Amino acid sequence: MSIPAIEINGLHKYFGDLHALKGINLTIEQGEFFALLGPNGAGKSTLINILAGLIKPSSGNISVMGFDVVNRYQQARQLLGIVPQELVFDPFFNVREMLRFQAGYFGHGPENDKWIDEVLKGLGLTDKAHTNMRKLSGGMKRRALIAQALAHRPPVIVLDEPTAGVDVELRQMLWEFIKKLNRAGHTIILTTHYLEEAEALCSRVAMMKQGEIVALDSTSSLLNKFAGKNLRLSLGSVVLPEVLEPLLRNQDNGIFTFALNDSEQIEFVLSVLRAANIKVLDMQLSEADLEDVFLSLVGKQS
Amino acid sequence: MMNQVKIKSSFRGPWTLLKKEMLRFWRVAFQTVAAPVITALLYLLIFSHVLDKQVQVYDNVPYTAFLIPGLIMMSVLQNAFANSSSSLIQSKVMGNLVFILLTPLTHLQFFTAFLFAAIIRGLVVGLFIFLVAIWFVDIHIANPWLIIAFALLGSALMGTFGIIAGIWADRFDQMAAFQNFIIMPLSFLSGVFYSIHSLPNFWQKLSQLNPFFYMIDGFRYGFFGKGDVSPFISLSVVGLSFLVLAWVSLKMLKSGYKLRT
Repeated sequence: MSIPAIEINGLHKYFGDLHALKGINLTIEQGEFFALLGPNGAGKSTLINILAGLIKPSSGNISVMGFDVVNRYQQARQLLGIVPQELVFDPFFNVREMLRFQAGYFGHGPENDKWIDEVLKGLGLTDKAHTNMRKLSGGMKRRALIAQALAHRPPVIVLDEPTAGVDVELRQMLWEFIKKLNRAGHTIILTTHYLEEAEALCSRVAMMKQGEIVALDSTSSLLNKFAGKNLRLSLGSVVLPEVLEPLLRNQDNGIFTFALNDSEQIEFVLSVLRAANIKVLDMQLSEADLEDVFLSLVGKQS
Repeated sequence: MMNQVKIKSSFRGPWTLLKKEMLRFWRVAFQTVAAPVITALLYLLIFSHVLDKQVQVYDNVPYTAFLIPGLIMMSVLQNAFANSSSSLIQSKVMGNLVFILLTPLTHLQFFTAFLFAAIIRGLVVGLFIFLVAIWFVDIHIANPWLIIAFALLGSALMGTFGIIAGIWADRFDQMAAFQNFIIMPLSFLSGVFYSIHSLPNFWQKLSQLNPFFYMIDGFRYGFFGKGDVSPFISLSVVGLSFLVLAWVSLKMLKSGYKLRT
């Protein structure tokens, strides 16, 4: 059996009185495309920063491909590429210089230039290679940030909210490139607020809430387990019969969304409305998505 | 297979960081090299014009000649400090220090790269001032090895001090306070412009507590073969101060003080 890409055992982190991580246990296998979801303050970034060696754990441990991030940090960091959440850059250098420096810190020399060219091409940065970081647009800076994390060709890549504030076109391009890396064998771990991204890309999902993992499963089985169908009914300003309250997920401007476990409940909802003399003005039925699972697990805080 | 992961060349990582740090100051050489050279030459011009005929510190040594080594060393020290401290505070405030913190570089490699970059900037500035100054004044060199030793040790000491200040300071104004309230007074009151023997007894004793005094005096000894104290005392004080600061700086880097929470 191969060594897991990431292995987390009993990880706790306290910031003063705040118990930010409450005994996280998690194993991510090599080659996985894994999503870490959770509302702000759930502990995702703390977890990633411990993995990166930027925050020290209070207890427990994390290893990258078998190397503890504290005791064997050099090996662990060699195997890890982390894209930070904040859009940071060094204003003194151009894109190619930054990538060469970044690879150099990890011990790579000119032999790595071919890979840097590949990364530049994959992220659409080739014609910006000699542009100073300061002069890049926000989207281009984001790409350069991702390129920097990939410069030393790490087998495990962590992307912390990589598409925050990024336009649709770039997001698509970014995911195509990341998918290609995953197909080439890189393990990808991402945190995102765009749940449809996690649903479309990731084979497995962990959901965090207040420092704990509240769900950990394959994306498909999470969807099967927690979600059913969403029934959106346009009813106007009416008082909903009490018997339907447990099914109601959301109510907005006369549009009522019901979370149903199966199709048979549709008839139930409609019959109750008929009996109450409430007229259905419009109706939409959709499959529940990861967002519904997320909301039902972590509440409506996100 | 992965358990055999080897850390690639342990030399290339710190060398890359050193190269980056050198390129960083060289890209803005107008500010980091030319400006301090001009400042030192202005001091030289003004003080030598005003005082050359009126002050003689050592026998047979004109005041202008006396002034030059002090000015060179003061610039070496200030620029070595400025290099590591400003690079660190900028990287911290802009957030790009994370690119270095995410790498396998050890605290010793981090320290060495910043230290050497600071030494090199200090020496480059000092060398330029020297090259310009010898156009104006005949400078006699009594002991070049002492000059080299003090230039290297002094810039190493101040580069290390800059690393400590850069790690400690969270904001630019804190760094400015460090520079204005510690570095400037200590360097101006170190005997750059005078021999401490010309001071009242109390101020002489106080000056002897200033490590800048030993760096300047020892460096000047290399030029004239005379100074306010023995160059070996100076060398010991500077060497010991460097070791203490290097120890503090390495401790800070190893523990991740203000860099890793």
